[in-house]
Amino acid sequence: MATTPLLEVRNISKYFGSVIALNDVSMTVNASEVMCLLGDNGAGKSTLIKILSGVHKPSQGEYLVEGKQVDFNSPRDALDHGIATVYQDLAMIPLMSIARNFFLGSEPTKGWGPFRRFDINFASQTARSEMAKMGIDIRDPSQPVGTLSGGERQSVAIARAVYFGAKVLILDEPTAALGVKQAGVVLRYVAQARARGLGVIFITHNPHHAYAVGDRFTILKRGRTFGTFTKDELSREEMVRMMSGADELDALSHELSEFARRDAAAAQIDEQLAESLEAAESLFEPESRREG
Amino acid sequence: MASSTLPKQGDERVVQAGPLKRLLTRPELGALGGAILVWLIFAFLAGNRGFLTLQGTASYLEVSSYLGILAAAIALLMIGGEFDLSIGSMIGAAGATIAVLGSVFGMPLWLAALIALFVALLVGFINGTMVIRTKLPSFIITLGSLFILRGLTIALTRIFTGRTQIGSLDQLPGYDVLRLLFGGSIPIGGASFPISIVWWIAITALATWVLMRTQFGNWIFSAGGNADAARNVGVPVDRVKITLFMATATAAWLVATIQLTVVKSADTLRGTQQEFIAIIAAVIGGNLLTGGYGSAVGAALGALIFGMVRQGIVYAGIDADWFQVFLGAMLIVAVLVNNFIRDRAEKARR
Repeated sequence: MATTPLLEVRNISKYFGSVIALNDVSMTVNASEVMCLLGDNGAGKSTLIKILSGVHKPSQGEYLVEGKQVDFNSPRDALDHGIATVYQDLAMIPLMSIARNFFLGSEPTKGWGPFRRFDINFASQTARSEMAKMGIDIRDPSQPVGTLSGGERQSVAIARAVYFGAKVLILDEPTAALGVKQAGVVLRYVAQARARGLGVIFITHNPHHAYAVGDRFTILKRGRTFGTFTKDELSREEMVRMMSGADELDALSHELSEFARRDAAAAQIDEQLAESLEAAESLFEPESRREG
Repeated sequence: MASSTLPKQGDERVVQAGPLKRLLTRPELGALGGAILVWLIFAFLAGNRGFLTLQGTASYLEVSSYLGILAAAIALLMIGGEFDLSIGSMIGAAGATIAVLGSVFGMPLWLAALIALFVALLVGFINGTMVIRTKLPSFIITLGSLFILRGLTIALTRIFTGRTQIGSLDQLPGYDVLRLLFGGSIPIGGASFPISIVWWIAITALATWVLMRTQFGNWIFSAGGNADAARNVGVPVDRVKITLFMATATAAWLVATIQLTVVKSADTLRGTQQEFIAIIAAVIGGNLLTGGYGSAVGAALGALIFGMVRQGIVYAGIDADWFQVFLGAMLIVAVLVNNFIRDRAEKARR
């Protein structure tokens, strides 16, 4: 491809002591694209996003942002490079207001020197208008985040990341704990973030959610990648099979039917044998009778 | 897109919260009601015995002011998700440091007070760093420093002076500077209001401003609300907590210096149990024990209630032995009332 990917990892591996959590994984994310990261429990999804978001350092391999190699020491470093991660549980502080949560860590200030203060009006207005851009009307930015629904909370976190100039948005199972309708709300924001030119890495267990918004799919299994597929290359059924380990099930049922066929064949041979024996018997019997 | 282009019809499920409902969600509401109630009780019981006079008011405000200075700092620390049980011992330590440096080493008292402030900042820094590094609950770490600090204070003071109390500090050079800053009083209508009340109000105002209107305030709420989430968005949680421990130690130093100036002596046992009373004041004021929620104004109201009860009992002629019974009962009632109010407030908004 001619354009430089927003984010790229090449041959990344991560070891925790003697455990190989990731082995030789490569992946790219482009602008205006939703890359779905799929895999069963223990596949290495969490380790990979922790590397991408600056929590862990890779044991081996290269990490490039917009074509330049990077080495993150903290989540703050990743944020400064425009890589924002929205965690499933750790996105928001429930007892704090929406406006305060929205600007946490990057508070707008006005005034000078010792009189520099948190610009709460600006924070409230901006939080409200940014949420409106995503199609959510928050009535009162000073209401505690704990009073929002799960889907709305995820949406605030996404809106926050977009507002602070995220180029790549990493969403860690944003729909996992949500009902059908709430998950739909979140998926709409994923699509909107893509429309605004962001690269989105969407981690999920749910193939239906992934197929609804994903452009490309990277499937991890036991720390290795199965490769990346575009939507044309991979039907929903194939994806489900790869994710859920249905291939293994297939192999197992194939094996089982093989046994059955072998049993059937054996039975047939037995039958034939019996028949030929009978035939042989009938052939010899008259003679023996004659002898007798 | 400007906010004016928002759809105005809103969401049919949400009732706009009016100013009254907004007031009901404030953490200090319960304490405000409690303060009014306690005042009314003692106005009725001891109104004709001096509780309602200006001098009576000054006397309970002075008691409240010492505690209020501690409670404001403790409130910030509790909102930040930590405890400091060592501030009572820090009061004794700071007072003894000033007195020993002044009387044994001949240092001017104002300089001794500055050095004691440095010692307090150091103790706060060590407390905070220990809590962060060991990842142990601050309850344990500062319970340890409560005893270490008190023991060190008594032992060292006895080594240097042979006693555990040092008097006649007003005879030492540099006392007049302390007296000017910490020992004065303001005459209003024939009664004299000690300057400690001004310190109390100033510190409560400062703490409130920090909490509500600064970036650091936002960080305090987040450090207590969910430290991991705060770290993920780049809040320097460790620095925030260490700073808060240094603030509580500084508050203890301020109280020690004011008391030393007023009574002109130092006692190594001064400040005993103040840590619990300060925490009680903060909790009565609506500060959540688990962190992330509360206010400095609430802590000031908690301290006010404490002062009114302590002096009101004397004015009403009730045996002062009953004070502790009242204090403990009030703590439990306050927590129940605060929980009820917070629950109701959150449901009202939902």
